[in-house]
Amino acid sequence: MKDMPTETITSDGRKIGGLLMEMKNITLRFGGVKAITDISFDIREGEIRAIIGPNGAGKSSMLNVISGFYVPQQGEVWFRGAKRPQMRPYEVARQGVARTFQNIALFEGMSVLDNVMTGRLNFVKSGIFKQAIWAGAAAREEAENREVVEKIIDFLEIQAIRKTPVSRLPYGLKKRVELARALAAEPKLLLLDEPMAGMNVEEKEDMCRFVLDVNDEFGTTICLIEHDMGVVMDLSDRVVVMDYGKKIGDGTPDEVRNNEAVINAYLGVPNE
Amino acid sequence: MPDQLVFAMEVFLNGLMAGVLYALVALGFVLIFKASGIFNFAQGVMALFAAMTFVGIQKGQVPFAHLINVIFGTKIHHFGWELHSIIAIVLTVGVMIILAWAAQRFIFRHLVGQEPIILFMATIGLAYLLEGVADLMWGSEIKKLDVCITEGVCLPQGINIAIDEVTFGWFGYGFFIDNLDISATIVAIILVVCLILFSQYTKHGRAMRAVADDHQAALSVGVSLNFIWILVWSVAGFVALVAGIMWGAKSGVQFSLSLIALKALPVLMLGGFTSIPGAIIGGLIVGVGEKLFEFAIGPMIGGATENWFAYVLALIVLVFRPQGLFGEKIIERV
Repeated sequence: MKDMPTETITSDGRKIGGLLMEMKNITLRFGGVKAITDISFDIREGEIRAIIGPNGAGKSSMLNVISGFYVPQQGEVWFRGAKRPQMRPYEVARQGVARTFQNIALFEGMSVLDNVMTGRLNFVKSGIFKQAIWAGAAAREEAENREVVEKIIDFLEIQAIRKTPVSRLPYGLKKRVELARALAAEPKLLLLDEPMAGMNVEEKEDMCRFVLDVNDEFGTTICLIEHDMGVVMDLSDRVVVMDYGKKIGDGTPDEVRNNEAVINAYLGVPNE
Repeated sequence: MPDQLVFAMEVFLNGLMAGVLYALVALGFVLIFKASGIFNFAQGVMALFAAMTFVGIQKGQVPFAHLINVIFGTKIHHFGWELHSIIAIVLTVGVMIILAWAAQRFIFRHLVGQEPIILFMATIGLAYLLEGVADLMWGSEIKKLDVCITEGVCLPQGINIAIDEVTFGWFGYGFFIDNLDISATIVAIILVVCLILFSQYTKHGRAMRAVADDHQAALSVGVSLNFIWILVWSVAGFVALVAGIMWGAKSGVQFSLSLIALKALPVLMLGGFTSIPGAIIGGLIVGVGEKLFEFAIGPMIGGATENWFAYVLALIVLVFRPQGLFGEKIIERV
């Protein structure tokens, strides 16, 4: 991987650029339990990067390290060519890393539109006094943010439920709203924690399409965790495979598919 | 119109206005509870502290005068000036913001993620600490509170003559309604409208609602929980100041003011801990309910029903609707 040129064009014509994020020798412990052991990998601009592995492999922990929810005991995180100092999750989000959660974390009491609007919070620059008197600038800003949000709502085909309280939506739609909120922040890196978990085939296909479209239309770099091997192989440009907190494979879907360690982890070690 | 009915109407109106003051105190509880899950027992003491600070600043009292005099052997009590009410209010708001920051920085930041009962205990500690600080800062004597915009234009007190005359013309019986209650109602309405506008239409208001709804999700869209908690405590401090000024103008600024927190409890049980409209309507129900009950049933059972009516009413509501009349329904999916 290291000798990959700085810019490549994929077979379907997307441009993949230089390094966006680099994880260097990350180790994360909870008390005596090692969740992640000395893992390094990188994410390039414009690609879809997947992290896969069996249950308890440490995939979610990895995503939490990237988004600042967990602080690793060892290792460095490099973002856009600079070492990232220790940051709180909200600071990481303000740097342009948006995410969704495995168990969906939406604002249940708000409408779909309001939920997606919260993704724009950091684009609101007018202070409270400016907003209090609703001066022109604040109103214009509100209109601009609203426009971006409406575009995303259109894009993800959730216009019909814009005003519905999120708590009334079925699971699959909630996942889509969560994606919309993350997209509203115009992220440089989008982290998806099991975006298709618990969905039926139809919903999965929809979600796959959206992930590909987001990457294609907006050029958003995406790092996702997924259980479904078929989905991962179809979606991603490169795959990291984890097992018991260690990295056991890293490469294109084809390379990973033929990696012996990966096959063993997924299907069990063959009896000699 | 029969006399009894007219009289009941007057009682009803007075009840509504008393209810507004209960609602003001309950509002402070709801704000903090929604955003951080902390049931802030110190809300009543915050109202007392705010009112004392307001009077102290307004009258040009030297804070911690007693302490300073004991240590340095001086005899200062007074700066010798009187400040305009508006300036005193602004300065008191500043003090309440510092208080909010300190509560967050030195107490609640260390208790993030603890059990609700532990947070509750911490607020009890805070309540007594704050009461002590208030005593040390401004002294324990009862103070008279008046708010004047300019010379002679003050928060009105006493019976409203106009209403008295108009109702006398209609019913042959004049309503006794206190001017202070009327202004408290107007101030409360303005306050609530401002709070709603703030939470619906401003950046920090939206962030506040986000934090109230889901901490994790709020973090993921770049909201600093710490900042929002300080903001919420500041807003609750401001609400406490308004409540403190209104109660203080009514009955003088004294330490029993902190007990109004206890009156806010049945209001919260009625309205639900998580609903701002609930706090207001709960306050009105308690205010009107206890006055009408005292008027209608009180004489039959020996009076003084106002002491317990609100609590019993709240208890009955709790049995049938544990989340209160307006609280969020708790549904656990199995």
